[in-house]
Amino acid sequence: MLLELEHIFKTYSNDQLDVPALKDVSLQVERGDYLAIMGPSGSGKSTLMNLIGCLDRPTSGTYRLDGTDLLSLSDNALSEIRCHKIGFVFQSFQLLPGETALQNVMLPLSFAGVRRADRPEIARRALERVGLGDRLDFLPSQLSGGQKQRVAIARALVNDPEILLADEPTGALDQKSGAAVMDLFEQLNAEGVTLIVITHDANVGSRARKILHIVDGEILEHRESPQTAGEKGAEPA
Amino acid sequence: MWENIRSSLRGIWSHKLRSFLTTLGVIIGIASIIAIVSIVEGTNRKLERSLVGSGNNVTTVALSQDSWPYDFSSGVPSGIPVVSEGLLQQVRQLDGVEGATAYRTRQSWNGAYYLDRPLGEGTITGISDSFLDTMQFSVARGRDFTAGEYARGGKVALVDESTVENLFDGADPLGLAIEIQQEPFVVVGVIRDDNAQAAEYDSLDDYYMYGYRSGGSHVYIPDQAWPIIYQFDEPQTVGVRAASTGQMASVGSRAAEILNTNVYHDSIRYTAVNAMEDAEELKTLTNSIQLMLVSIASLSLLVGGIGVMNIMLVSVTERTAEIGLKKALGAKNRTILAQFLTESAVLTSVGGILGVLLGIGLAKIISVVAGLEFGVSVPWILIAVGFSMVIGILFGAMPASRAARLDPIEALRRE
Repeated sequence: MLLELEHIFKTYSNDQLDVPALKDVSLQVERGDYLAIMGPSGSGKSTLMNLIGCLDRPTSGTYRLDGTDLLSLSDNALSEIRCHKIGFVFQSFQLLPGETALQNVMLPLSFAGVRRADRPEIARRALERVGLGDRLDFLPSQLSGGQKQRVAIARALVNDPEILLADEPTGALDQKSGAAVMDLFEQLNAEGVTLIVITHDANVGSRARKILHIVDGEILEHRESPQTAGEKGAEPA
Repeated sequence: MWENIRSSLRGIWSHKLRSFLTTLGVIIGIASIIAIVSIVEGTNRKLERSLVGSGNNVTTVALSQDSWPYDFSSGVPSGIPVVSEGLLQQVRQLDGVEGATAYRTRQSWNGAYYLDRPLGEGTITGISDSFLDTMQFSVARGRDFTAGEYARGGKVALVDESTVENLFDGADPLGLAIEIQQEPFVVVGVIRDDNAQAAEYDSLDDYYMYGYRSGGSHVYIPDQAWPIIYQFDEPQTVGVRAASTGQMASVGSRAAEILNTNVYHDSIRYTAVNAMEDAEELKTLTNSIQLMLVSIASLSLLVGGIGVMNIMLVSVTERTAEIGLKKALGAKNRTILAQFLTESAVLTSVGGILGVLLGIGLAKIISVVAGLEFGVSVPWILIAVGFSMVIGILFGAMPASRAARLDPIEALRRE
């Protein structure tokens, strides 16, 4: 099992009020999975994404990634995990505006300690993988929304992470570019990339092989996507 | 590291005006420190050169009474023999001595005449054949005294350019007779001090060193001719040339010790005229003034540092999303810390370098206006740039640690 969350609780405390964001969430992701986490805003899906992405720690529960218990790790070690095992894709792309596509993609390589001389080549290959081999020296302002998101995906892939974690990846895109990004995800998944997509958009969610609905911090439903359910055979919800 | 520096420079360049205004405090602070230090350095060099001489390293060991030079016009004191050739040889053999010469000299007003024209302020000096070499004087025109003139005391004279000006109106004096104490001496040569630089002789000189390097015109005669015009057995003054400026003081005092071997007098002793010590004393004074001024100028560095801290806090706030992104992509806290520390250190270092340039410019202008020597102190420039870098690190520490501790979730949410 690549990723295992067991009985995760997350409670935000402010002053005297305790706000539970996640209540007893358990979930498992296997290598090569394509999982969509769906839910309305305020449902706790962003909290869940932050936990999976090692940006936050749960109040209680266990979280294992690739067999490692992450909750006992230091902040520095979690940075290492984010650097090498997790690739983030954000709704608003989060590209550095002053840097070219290539430089943006090279950024995680510097955190991973890759030799400077090797970085451009690795980044170029990542950009080619998302179909932007001809846009290396473009600034984000010279790229369309869909292209920007693909640069962000290349950046997420560049350190060969175990999991690609996408938060509303099509939220800022028009229909057509959104569909192109989802096509790219499907292609990457077919190449073996493990994908977790957080979305409130049913169209996006339906592209995944598994869908997890979360409402009010609890997992409501955990089922195979109708598209793929037939192929893999029924699994208990 | 190099990457951080490069991106910091790029950031500074993209906010030219803001960076400039931010570092203005540092620029002004560093500029005033460099200007102060350069001016003091220039003053010190001038003092040293004026008092010690411009590199001939000759220290004078003369008879003095109660720390005043003994005046021979009141007669030869008893118990003080002339300096023997043996003692002089001992002095010459001291470590760090390149040469020594014994001579007799008088400060005098109108000590010489040409026709009815008086010399005015000047000295008459009786010299031996080792004098010109030891003092590093050379014959500019005419000739040196011959061996015979030195040995038998010929009635001949060497004069300096100032004498040529005062007695002869600049006309060629060779072959003309001047009168010293009613005795005629024929001018055979004009000599030049190889080390003296004309520019040094100005008001500051007169102020500090009257008596050390006697002003006025100088006339030289063979020492053997001295009794003709003054008196027999007058004890000499000894000029000692040290191998280096730093050795002048020790060479002077050791030479004085040797020369005092045969002196039997209660209050009159050979004493080294220690110009170096005087110069050092004056330098101590100027250096303490410098320290005071530098401390005051450092206050503006403090203000500059606070300005940098302020703008770094603004920069951290502006770039919250970038920091959050970098952390999400795996940047460690110390990576972010290093990035912002580098940025503020680069910012203040650039300010420091600009300040150094401005300060050197200021010092140059002031030295020209005030007629001081212009001296740039390289160690101080390095200190100033290093110090401005330290200011960047000190005042950048708080904003940088704030950036490093940013919660990436919060940081990403804010856009």
